[in-house]
Amino acid sequence: MSAEKVISVKELTKRFGDFTAVDNITFDVKQGEIFGFLGANGAGKTTAMRMLCGLSFPTSGEASVAGFDLYKNADAIKRNIGYMSQKFSLYEDLTVRENIRFYGGIYGLTDREIKEKSDEMLTQLKLGEQVNSLVKSLPLGWRQKMSFSVAMLHSPKIVFLDEPTGGVDPITRREFWTLIYEAASRGTTVFVTTHYMDEAEYCDRVSIMVDGRVDALGSPTELKEQFSAKDMGGVFLQLARKATRSDG
Amino acid sequence: MRVLRILLEKEFRQIFRNPAILRLMFMMPTVQLIVMPLAADYEVKNVNICVVDYDRSVYARDLVTKITATDYFSLVDYGDSYPKALEYLEHDEADLVLQIPANFEKDLLREDKATLFMSLNAINGVKANLGGAYLRNIIGDFNNEIRQEWIQIPRFNPMPQIEINSTNWYNPLMNYRFFMVPGILVILVTMVGAFLSALNIVKEKEIGTIEQINVTPIRKHEFILGKLIPFWVLGLMILTIGLIISWIAYGIVPAGSLLTIYSFAGVYLLAVLGMGLLVSTFANTQQQAMLLSFFLMMIFILLGGLYTSIDSMPRWAQVFTWFNPVSYFIEVMRMVVLKGSTLYDIREHLGIVLLMGIVLNGFAVYNYRKRS
Repeated sequence: MSAEKVISVKELTKRFGDFTAVDNITFDVKQGEIFGFLGANGAGKTTAMRMLCGLSFPTSGEASVAGFDLYKNADAIKRNIGYMSQKFSLYEDLTVRENIRFYGGIYGLTDREIKEKSDEMLTQLKLGEQVNSLVKSLPLGWRQKMSFSVAMLHSPKIVFLDEPTGGVDPITRREFWTLIYEAASRGTTVFVTTHYMDEAEYCDRVSIMVDGRVDALGSPTELKEQFSAKDMGGVFLQLARKATRSDG
Repeated sequence: MRVLRILLEKEFRQIFRNPAILRLMFMMPTVQLIVMPLAADYEVKNVNICVVDYDRSVYARDLVTKITATDYFSLVDYGDSYPKALEYLEHDEADLVLQIPANFEKDLLREDKATLFMSLNAINGVKANLGGAYLRNIIGDFNNEIRQEWIQIPRFNPMPQIEINSTNWYNPLMNYRFFMVPGILVILVTMVGAFLSALNIVKEKEIGTIEQINVTPIRKHEFILGKLIPFWVLGLMILTIGLIISWIAYGIVPAGSLLTIYSFAGVYLLAVLGMGLLVSTFANTQQQAMLLSFFLMMIFILLGGLYTSIDSMPRWAQVFTWFNPVSYFIEVMRMVVLKGSTLYDIREHLGIVLLMGIVLNGFAVYNYRKRS
């Protein structure tokens, strides 16, 4: 794996009034990595991720994503990233095909590219028969897999996933991670937040946020050694218990 | 351009897939245009009148007959006690009490002068005012009649009289509907433009799809145009439906050209949609957007000159109407539909509304943030 940094974050901070949601975080993510971004509810994961996606202005600090500066080149960043938010963000009153066409289209894909991509995606997801049904008629698991594929439509360098498997059954979760591995094997960097500790074990490297700070960073094996825990759940509990911030 | 096409495609698909919007599009003009002009009428009828007759003379009775012979009044009581008549007034059963004093006829005959007394129930101001005015007219007529009876065709009329003949231009029969229907059309177009556009964008905020759009490299103006154009088209469609209904139901055919109406409506919708857009940048939920739009619409419509004449408003309210796009469109519609004004005649209105559109949209674009 090449050591090229695709995300580089230095002392990034976001304050909302008196409240410091993200407190001086520093880390790098390498190309092709699956980077797990862990933390209890309200630890600041989503806020940090939204800043990296150009949805929210940092209060201070520096960051570059896909080689572009977060302040100066947000549009260039947007062309190179995919984002799947916590909220389901496909149009429920459009069909599978129409959603693909819409999101492909606004990323500037041509009709032919959209056709190729959607054929590929529909075979991968085995959604061929549902292509003309409204998204609201699909079960949650399929919707989440579809959201992911839509976020990947324009072949971004980095894909940000915010709790992609929340509320999804174990089989679908497994399938979802297969999709993530496939994307990573094609060289896409995956930046993922999760609450599931078994998923944390699948990541190449993991950071754990507590009260807006990154308190631990390393591969799952390293972290388990460092905190002498037998699994990631143990690591997480040791750190998260120190949190003073209540659930947010 | 391609991005815009993709956005429009999606927007129209969603609109036409939503049966509620489609139903609303046809129901609103039909109901508003057919029901409102029939029910909301300036003319006051059925004024309830109580007559207290202390005189009981021939003239008094003639007067009462004359009053009750019109459509405007219905006689509640014909008695001889003022306190009793006032009771009707207090119980809201009468709008008006006419008191004919004792010696009414005698005074009239002997002294050529008699007094009548009128009490009005001013809780319903419009009814009291107009009822009072009608009654004064009838009494005036009555007065002329007796005068003529007495004078008995003199060779020279000792009292020179000026008679006024009037013609009503542009609406010869003073048909109230010709006046109301164009105004209601304006309200329709305004409501559809302002509400639908505001709600549409806020809905995307609520369900979270706007974030997915904000994370794409889409340009602000593309997104906003993609939202404005569909509702612009929808607004013009409503106008078309409305014009057809007013033609079928009331036989109203614009005296001016349709091109003038559509040109102005096109520019006007720009301003209204800009307002909707601006509301949507401030509101986070559909409820907020709805309340905010409703608040603005109420003011604009009530001070728009549809129900009350702008000329009779106080000065400060008149100044306010300069900034009210609704008042310009209502005026233009009346000018074009009734008088046949041309684009040249309405150039000032057009310019001002265009300016409003530019300001509102500019502000909305400025206030729309892809990044918080």
